[in-house]
Amino acid sequence: MAATVVNPTRMELTRLKGKLRTAQRGHKLLKDKRDELMKQFLDVVRELRTLRAQVEQELMKVHSSFTVASALMSGPAMEQALMYPKQSVELSMTFRNVMSVNVPEYHYKTRTDDAGDIFPYGFAATSGELDGAVAALGEVFQSMLKLAETEKAMQLMAEEIEKTRRRVNALEYVVIPDTEESIRYITMKLDENDRSTTTRLMKVKDMILKESLEEKRAATAKALEEFGG
Amino acid sequence: MADYRIAVMGDKDSVLGFKALGLDVFPVESLDEARHTLHRIAKEDYAVVYLTEQLAAQMEADVNRYKDALTPAVILIPGKEGSLGMGMANIKKAVERAVGADIL
Repeated sequence: MAATVVNPTRMELTRLKGKLRTAQRGHKLLKDKRDELMKQFLDVVRELRTLRAQVEQELMKVHSSFTVASALMSGPAMEQALMYPKQSVELSMTFRNVMSVNVPEYHYKTRTDDAGDIFPYGFAATSGELDGAVAALGEVFQSMLKLAETEKAMQLMAEEIEKTRRRVNALEYVVIPDTEESIRYITMKLDENDRSTTTRLMKVKDMILKESLEEKRAATAKALEEFGG
Repeated sequence: MADYRIAVMGDKDSVLGFKALGLDVFPVESLDEARHTLHRIAKEDYAVVYLTEQLAAQMEADVNRYKDALTPAVILIPGKEGSLGMGMANIKKAVERAVGADIL
């Protein structure tokens, strides 16, 4: 069904044919893009699921050791111990291009290189459980950063796949069939015009012939009459 | 290349430990405060915001707003009360969004 009215002219036909070719090529390219994105997306999702399960499990362990630590120390003392961090983290971000999706990559660097520097307090006034909890958290943090990177990549890719899928469908089910329909309509209309022109010409030729025949007959009859008379 | 920071949001007990690592910690008490804080730090140069699931469960719309943005990446982590399974549910949702069906 042609949604819009088209002029049945040769120029329009050429234009539509060009449009159809472009649409078909775009459709093929987008379909390839979608398939490849989907493949990579599923890889990312699989990685993310294991990573997330691992991080959540480890974080729960850290939480429970913090709970133990806070049971052994008074709340204000613990707060005081953690209040002024010695360590600070700086994050830089670069981008990786996955099928035209810009996916962030995080690189973090700590202010000091020593891993022991995550303890912002002296060991005298705090319990050993807190040391363990902070150290464990420091380890989980590596995985957490990887988790953030992977999860953001997944979200961005999901969005891109959704967009691409819509475009592919729009081309496949709307643009291409509509254009084909318009082309068929114009072709038929032009053929119809051709046929009607041919018939009209034949009719005109018939009329002209008939007229000249009658003229000739009349002339012959007249000549005969003159000759006979 | 600009330097970014990392934020951790949640109830005080869940997020206190992150302070030792040198992350920026935002302990929040109420839902309103959490929403304001999230929107405020989203405008600043934070690349990653870790948010506890307990909070995120109550402000899903605010969290979803940053899903398609490049920064910040709002990542859910279990609070000290345990995991609500929201992180995993979000993965599932994203797969459904991309593929149109849950295929995993």
